[in-house]
Amino acid sequence: MKAFFKRFARNKGAVIGLIILAIILAAAVLAPYFYPTSPWRMVTRPFLAPMAMDGYWLGTDALGRDVASGVMHGARVSLIIGLVSTLTALAIGIPIGALAGYFGGLLDDALMRFTEFFQTIPAFALAIVIVAILQPSLFSIVIAIAIVSWPPVARLVRGEVLSLRSREYVQAAVVIGQSTPRIILTQVLPNTIAPITVMASIMVASAILLESALSFLGLGDPNMMTWGYMIGAGRTRLIEAWWISFFPGVAIFLTVLALNLVGEGLNDALNPRLSREGG
Amino acid sequence: MTVLAIDNLSLALPKLADRTYAVEGLSLDIDAGETLCVVGESGSGKSMTAHAVIGLLPSAVKPAGGSIKLAGRELIGLSDGEMRKLRGRDVGMIFQEPMTSLNPVMRISDQILETFESHRMFNAQQRMRRTFELLEEVGLPDPKYIARAFPHELSGGQRQRVMIAVALALEPKLLIADEPTTALDVTTQAQILKLIDELRRKHGTAVLFITHDFGVVAEIADDVAVLQNGLCVESGRAEEVLQKPTHDYTKRLLAAVPSLTPPPPKDLSGEPDALIVRNLHKTYGGRGFFGGGSRKVVAAKDVAFTIKRGETLGLVGESGSGKSTVGRCILRLIEPDDGFIKVGDTEFHGVPVRQLRPLRKRIQMVFQDPYASLNPRRTVGRIIAEGPEAQDVPRADAEKRARELLDLVGLGASSAHRYPHEFSGGQRQRIGIARALALDPDVLVADEPVSALDVSVQAQILDLIQDLQKRLGLAILFVTHDLRVAAQVCDRIAVMQRGEIVELEPTAQLFANPKHPYTRSLLAAVPGAHVKVAAA
Repeated sequence: MKAFFKRFARNKGAVIGLIILAIILAAAVLAPYFYPTSPWRMVTRPFLAPMAMDGYWLGTDALGRDVASGVMHGARVSLIIGLVSTLTALAIGIPIGALAGYFGGLLDDALMRFTEFFQTIPAFALAIVIVAILQPSLFSIVIAIAIVSWPPVARLVRGEVLSLRSREYVQAAVVIGQSTPRIILTQVLPNTIAPITVMASIMVASAILLESALSFLGLGDPNMMTWGYMIGAGRTRLIEAWWISFFPGVAIFLTVLALNLVGEGLNDALNPRLSREGG
Repeated sequence: MTVLAIDNLSLALPKLADRTYAVEGLSLDIDAGETLCVVGESGSGKSMTAHAVIGLLPSAVKPAGGSIKLAGRELIGLSDGEMRKLRGRDVGMIFQEPMTSLNPVMRISDQILETFESHRMFNAQQRMRRTFELLEEVGLPDPKYIARAFPHELSGGQRQRVMIAVALALEPKLLIADEPTTALDVTTQAQILKLIDELRRKHGTAVLFITHDFGVVAEIADDVAVLQNGLCVESGRAEEVLQKPTHDYTKRLLAAVPSLTPPPPKDLSGEPDALIVRNLHKTYGGRGFFGGGSRKVVAAKDVAFTIKRGETLGLVGESGSGKSTVGRCILRLIEPDDGFIKVGDTEFHGVPVRQLRPLRKRIQMVFQDPYASLNPRRTVGRIIAEGPEAQDVPRADAEKRARELLDLVGLGASSAHRYPHEFSGGQRQRIGIARALALDPDVLVADEPVSALDVSVQAQILDLIQDLQKRLGLAILFVTHDLRVAAQVCDRIAVMQRGEIVELEPTAQLFANPKHPYTRSLLAAVPGAHVKVAAA
């Protein structure tokens, strides 16, 4: 564990990413403490520029809602959706990939064609359709993101399992008479954790982007203030009131960047031999 | 004339390594047309020496003193550009793995031409002519065809010949060969050794030959340097070192080389048959996606043998002979196409996979690669206990048994809670053996169990296997490519060629009077067979 953190810390970008992520997480957790009232509430006059009035550091939007409150409350939604939808995608992708990779043959063909079926549909279009059909809500957005993002997981796990399956320790487990589900769960899957962890961190980032894009189009959960919604709402006044869209945009940018940096750091730490020399 | 003079060379390892220097105070000289063998076990620093000469040290390893002079010119401290000019023109190198040292997407001719191009020598026509000359010189049949071929179309031996052609293209003064025959079959190895020997005589090339195999040393070395943990413990003329070793370590290494003379046979009369195999067939391929078209490989054809309780049957052959497939078919890790397999009084063939699981404990396997055969994420104790647990032994009992077994294989019960990466190759192989024994099998299939280990460790593992056999009455199917190992541990030996057993005789008889021509060629190819090596 110590060696792991040491390798992780050697990647400066990853440490910065982790710090940014910690700040965003703190913002999400502390949002109700700083802004106990709903971010939807109109608190003062509209189009207030940033720093123009004490207490409203990031200004207000077209209806007089506090942008800072929106950004902080939006962090909760973004992080929750990013995390839950990634976990859901993993829950779909890992079993499919593991079965396809371990058993091969017809089952592999069937599962991979099924996976390709999802991969050939443009992800964003599919997500829009799913959310539109299920009605926009936190639940439907998570489902939509999970459905469009599991295929790469299945592919990754299948590839890993394919190579692990022929390892001698897996054959040894067959020879001692372990049952197949046990072999997959105890011998094969634990050894795929490293690449899955790395991929998951990047998936959280892309899930946040997807959710923002959906909210931007007005397909977000109508009861939740999200970054995408704020950008979408402010886009018509971009020239005269740039701050309405700008700050949630910065929040998305920082979160996604931080997650990617952390993902890179995890990659270096989990695959020490593949990391760049002297990095 | 001295071509390479290494004087008091030290190579510093990074801070956290298990020793300060990869190589310490090493001095060597090679004259033109001579071969110097650097011998040592893994981690002795022999490859580092070779890489230091050609300037390809890993970035973490730095020369810390001494000098390397090539034909009087100091190599340490040369810039990358100068070193690059030197490589190929003055020093050629052959690597261990012929499968990965050629670029798979380039034609053979281009890979040789590249050498001339990077040194801006000759015009296009001369380059082409020289390429064909080289291919012919390294003994490749039909150079025109080979020149247009891609690496995957050639066999391992042919690829290594191409590597030699590349290394010798510019007639370097020094040729470095880093274990060039380790990945090859014995008969191919013999041919490659002969080729290197002929070429250095003809061109007066000095050869720095890195190897772990004293048989190879006996075959080609003029001088020998023995390395142990980065220190040169003994050096001198080959015949002297091999016959009158002075240092203890050299003596130990020589003693660990298995002799080709088999020990007296065991008395096995009256022992029951533990494993009977009849009529075993297995063919790979032949079922392409578009129907037909793909190549069929016969891996086992009418294979039949019997092993008694307490007996070891050796299955020897070159790579691709089907010996591993036979081992795996018997365990039903690979489904045989046809065959009769009986373990003790239980018929093993044709049993549906579901009902096979409880029967599996009767026959167990020891794998080749001690680094790949243990799950890196489980403790050693769990790895061994998993077997009995899979056969419904309660967990506490299985773990107690695991600790007993660790004691039995000489590792100590306390190692149960450690992870595989904390152990050396030999220790891991002991863990693999303990895992196989955890189920009290009647039959053990050992698939090249010592071929990934250093000679001294190899000897210990072989002793352990034989000792366990005596105590537990195991019947062992010993799959190996190494006739020296087979001579020491096997009671009878079956020689396999292209999926068929061509000869099956008691060991002593097979070595004294081989009947099949293939057996004879295998025996003739064992390196150092005719050279007398000092016994300790």
